[in-house]
Amino acid sequence: MIALENVTKRYGAQTVVDDVSVRFGEEGVTALIGPNGAGKSTLFGLVGRLVRPDAGRVTVDGTDVERTPSNELAKVLAVLRQDNHVAARLTVHDLVEFGRFPHSRGRLTVHDREHIERAITYLDLEAYRNRFLDELSGGQRQRAFIAMVLAQDTEYVLLDEPLNNLDLRHMTEIMRLVRTMADELGKRVVTVLHDINFAATWSDRIVAMRDGRVVADASAREIMRPEVLAAVYDTTVDVREIDGRPVALYYG
Amino acid sequence: MLTDPATTTSAPPATRRTRIATRWAQPGVRLAALGAAVLVLAAVYCCTDVPGSLAFALEIRSLSVLAMLVVAAAVGVSTVVFHTITQNRILTPSIMGFDAFYVLVSTVIVFSSGSASFLGFDQLTLWLVQVVVMVAFSVLLFTWLFGGRRRSIHLMLLVGIVLGTFFRSSTEWMQRMLDPLDFQVLSDAMFASLTRPDETLLLLTAVLVVLGCAAVVPLLRTLDVLTLGEPAAVGLGVDHRRVVMVLFASVSVMVAASTALVGPILFLGLVVANLAYSYAGSFRHVWTLPTAVLIGVICLLGGQLVLERVLGFGGTLSTVIDFAGGLFFLYLVLRKGAR
Ligand SMILES: Nc1ncnc2c1ncn2[C@@H]1O[C@H](COP(=O)(O)OP(=O)(O)OP(=O)(O)O)[C@@H](O)[C@H]1O
Ligand SMILES: [Mg+2]
Repeated sequence: MIALENVTKRYGAQTVVDDVSVRFGEEGVTALIGPNGAGKSTLFGLVGRLVRPDAGRVTVDGTDVERTPSNELAKVLAVLRQDNHVAARLTVHDLVEFGRFPHSRGRLTVHDREHIERAITYLDLEAYRNRFLDELSGGQRQRAFIAMVLAQDTEYVLLDEPLNNLDLRHMTEIMRLVRTMADELGKRVVTVLHDINFAATWSDRIVAMRDGRVVADASAREIMRPEVLAAVYDTTVDVREIDGRPVALYYG
Repeated sequence: MLTDPATTTSAPPATRRTRIATRWAQPGVRLAALGAAVLVLAAVYCCTDVPGSLAFALEIRSLSVLAMLVVAAAVGVSTVVFHTITQNRILTPSIMGFDAFYVLVSTVIVFSSGSASFLGFDQLTLWLVQVVVMVAFSVLLFTWLFGGRRRSIHLMLLVGIVLGTFFRSSTEWMQRMLDPLDFQVLSDAMFASLTRPDETLLLLTAVLVVLGCAAVVPLLRTLDVLTLGEPAAVGLGVDHRRVVMVLFASVSVMVAASTALVGPILFLGLVVANLAYSYAGSFRHVWTLPTAVLIGVICLLGGQLVLERVLGFGGTLSTVIDFAGGLFFLYLVLRKGAR
């Protein structure tokens, strides 16, 4: 279980995460939604030890992340960051290999190689495995980073906007993959999504943030109501029922 | 699970040429080629153009070759490691004010007690003072700016640049007030000299450089992960702060020791590191580090050969390196800008 207890993070005078208490990590897929600047990435940073809380504490499986040895945490928790940039010239395969670092410390075993192969296959990257990252399209690169996270093979997986840069087909396929990770590989996935229809379609639970606070935390169906969405995003969103599923209309 | 119909490339027929090309692409082969080049250059340097007895020439020259190897190792390893931990490829540890600090310390000695005492100083004492003061300076800077809660490499670089500038201007101010003779002694001492190293100092420097490298070796794979940047490395379980402390400490020891031995030639690091990145054929530090070291030896040996045997000058290699390094730096900056 990932638990945040009364966690606060400030940058100067601005409180970016404001006394948040929330738990993640039950089986299935949780979507984290909210407007730009709501504090979603900061929340992930707090869990991933990139950001230190000013108050409160963050635990993973009961131990404080500040006190867990880095390497142990990396075996149970993987984070896909919102913006990934690599200066060195790496190939897709090199990058995915890094996902095994917490387990192998760089000396790959047969088992590690299986994970690498599986991740490359799942992310549809066989044809690009020997390409350098700077020779890929934005969506292909995004898939390579997701493959690295998958290869890390952790119980908890945090994905910050995994659908960035992806085309229609790959958006759906990534969400299907996220479902597979949860349902077949038993991982507990938390993913930041901006498209609430994807969130509603593919996740079991939706947590909504705004101004550094968790303002809603419920099943997809309960969140997909005009008044809830209006309160989260501060704009009117129409919700229709199509084929028995709630669909938000926000295209203008 | 997902399929991509568009891309199934058939492998090209393995002609002899492609086989050679693939083998050449292997980092190991490339490194071996460099090693061979170093051996040939060293043999040429030691055994040709012998004025008197071969044994005597060999004794003197093998010491210079060892000095070059030690300096190339210190400069190559420290620059590549520095590039990786700071996530940039156009700065060298000299940005932290190392060489400026070295010149400042020497100037202070001459300024406060005159060139006679500077020359009168036991070489070993001088070397020790330089090394200790330089290491202490960088460790202080590092723990102040990186050890606390704020830990920012960029802040550390910025403060390093500011301090470096301060050292340079204080040095200049003092040098203006020196008498011409003292100034002459000082500037002679500030030019890197590789050809007549003091044996004891060379051995001591070699020991420190070996220790520095020994601290880096267990972290080779971790260094690879650090190329992904701090956030990604932390996500992969790297204890970033501890690792960077160890790496930075060995960088400072190596830079301090080699600077105290031959004077500032950190521009060399910029050249060899960047050549190594394009030549090594892999981003992995197992390959880039030794490649950078061997390229450094080739630059020093080759440069010395050309200067000494072809052009007939002696002892001005550092000027040439600084000039060539400066041009190379401009090239790197312009190329970055053009892209
Ligand atoms: N290092 C920082 N220094 C100062 N302010 C920061 C820093 N990082 C984030 N912030 C601020 O914190 C707030 C929350 O940022 P965060 O990245 O968590 O938002 P987000 O919910 O992920 O938004 P988005 O949907 O745009 O990714 C923003 O107002 C941002 O400006
Ligand atoms: Mg974000």
